[in-house]
Amino acid sequence: MSERGYLDAASAEPLHPAAREMLLSAVDSGWADPVRLHHEGRTARLLLDNARAVLADAIGVRPDEVYLTTSGTTAIQAGLSAVRAARERVGRTVVHTAVEHSAVLHSAGDEGLEVGVDIRGRVDQEAFSDAVRRPGVAVAAVQSANHEVGTRQPIAAIAQACGDVPLFVDASASIGHDVVPEGWSVLAASGHKWGGPAGVGLLAVRKGTRIAPAWPMDEREDGLSPGFPDVPNALAAAAALQARLGEAEELNKQHRAWIDEVRRRVPADVPDVEVVGEPDDRLPHILTFSCLYVDGEALVTALDAEGFAVSSGSACTSSTLKPSHVLAAMGVLTHGNVRVSLSRETTYEDVDRFCQVLPGIVQRIRAEVGM
Amino acid sequence: MNVDLDCQGMVCPLPVIKLAKALPTVAVGETVTVLADDPAAAVDIPAWCRMRSQELVEATGKSYVVRRVS
Repeated sequence: MSERGYLDAASAEPLHPAAREMLLSAVDSGWADPVRLHHEGRTARLLLDNARAVLADAIGVRPDEVYLTTSGTTAIQAGLSAVRAARERVGRTVVHTAVEHSAVLHSAGDEGLEVGVDIRGRVDQEAFSDAVRRPGVAVAAVQSANHEVGTRQPIAAIAQACGDVPLFVDASASIGHDVVPEGWSVLAASGHKWGGPAGVGLLAVRKGTRIAPAWPMDEREDGLSPGFPDVPNALAAAAALQARLGEAEELNKQHRAWIDEVRRRVPADVPDVEVVGEPDDRLPHILTFSCLYVDGEALVTALDAEGFAVSSGSACTSSTLKPSHVLAAMGVLTHGNVRVSLSRETTYEDVDRFCQVLPGIVQRIRAEVGM
Repeated sequence: MNVDLDCQGMVCPLPVIKLAKALPTVAVGETVTVLADDPAAAVDIPAWCRMRSQELVEATGKSYVVRRVS
């Protein structure tokens, strides 16, 4: 099978042509140290400022509220721990939903206070409001939308409930694919999820939010991301986001319609399938479903052989052999799980052919176990 | 009457497949007790009961008691 249908954009979006073009020119012009006073350094500084300005504009903040980190994960870790350290006198508790990215869960650690979600992955707002009002809460962490099932969280209402507690929003799954939520104090995102290169994280900290980096600081990024900056990749990520936002209206409409079609066709053509997540209030490009009695690893492998790249939250596909904590928190079937996520290069033919080959594959895997 | 189903050492989706095959062998109102140590079973057995409209009577540790209701 030579024809590939890449349906795993939520893991990594292919590099946007605008990012590639920018990267190729920036490696020649933006290699010097941007904190130096010489010509080469000033050139790199100019490019870095440019990248920052473009990223700030894309998410609706001031350039001096944007910090560049070395990945989405480091943006999450730096942002959460710096806000938490600044509120040490109040407490160290991180209130978070049960469906946050693992980087948030790892950062919260033993002092995390988890708030449950409903079967569609939406946070229990009453429980959240109660949790955030408890004594000792340093920060609340709620994602803009879920990376596995696409469900949006009600960030505006959450922000209201937070009161004086700073709200950290992991917007990695949604930036470039959906509107930027409002009401947060700190926001994190990841370049390779919108078509930029890997190794670029974005951390936005609203003025007035106190931060105290809790690690050895240097003069870079106000101490939030120590080490020599990757100017060419930052520029490429900025170019990708700018280009992507220019295409967003058309792409998102298309993705929404195609995901709606997959959402309709899969359960119609495959018996015993549970499609999970919010049907409407969701990201445009992600759909997740689970097939009863099907081994997730066998399904991913069989789809790959048919030319399709998808990911899975099933335990057998993870290195830890534990099912996705997102699916578990929602209480939905974790085996036979497939996440389909569309990139800007996905065509209708990919989507249509996926819907055509899936029923036969599922039937074959079920037949092997006598179901 | 209750049927015991030892699925220890089995990984997803085997415990659920065994349960799906065993439940029709008991009468309506009777139970199947699944012993499963796969972490996915803790989510998937309750999810299967919900999808199949069967009753999860009890889930304690690695033991799941499921009553056939239809």
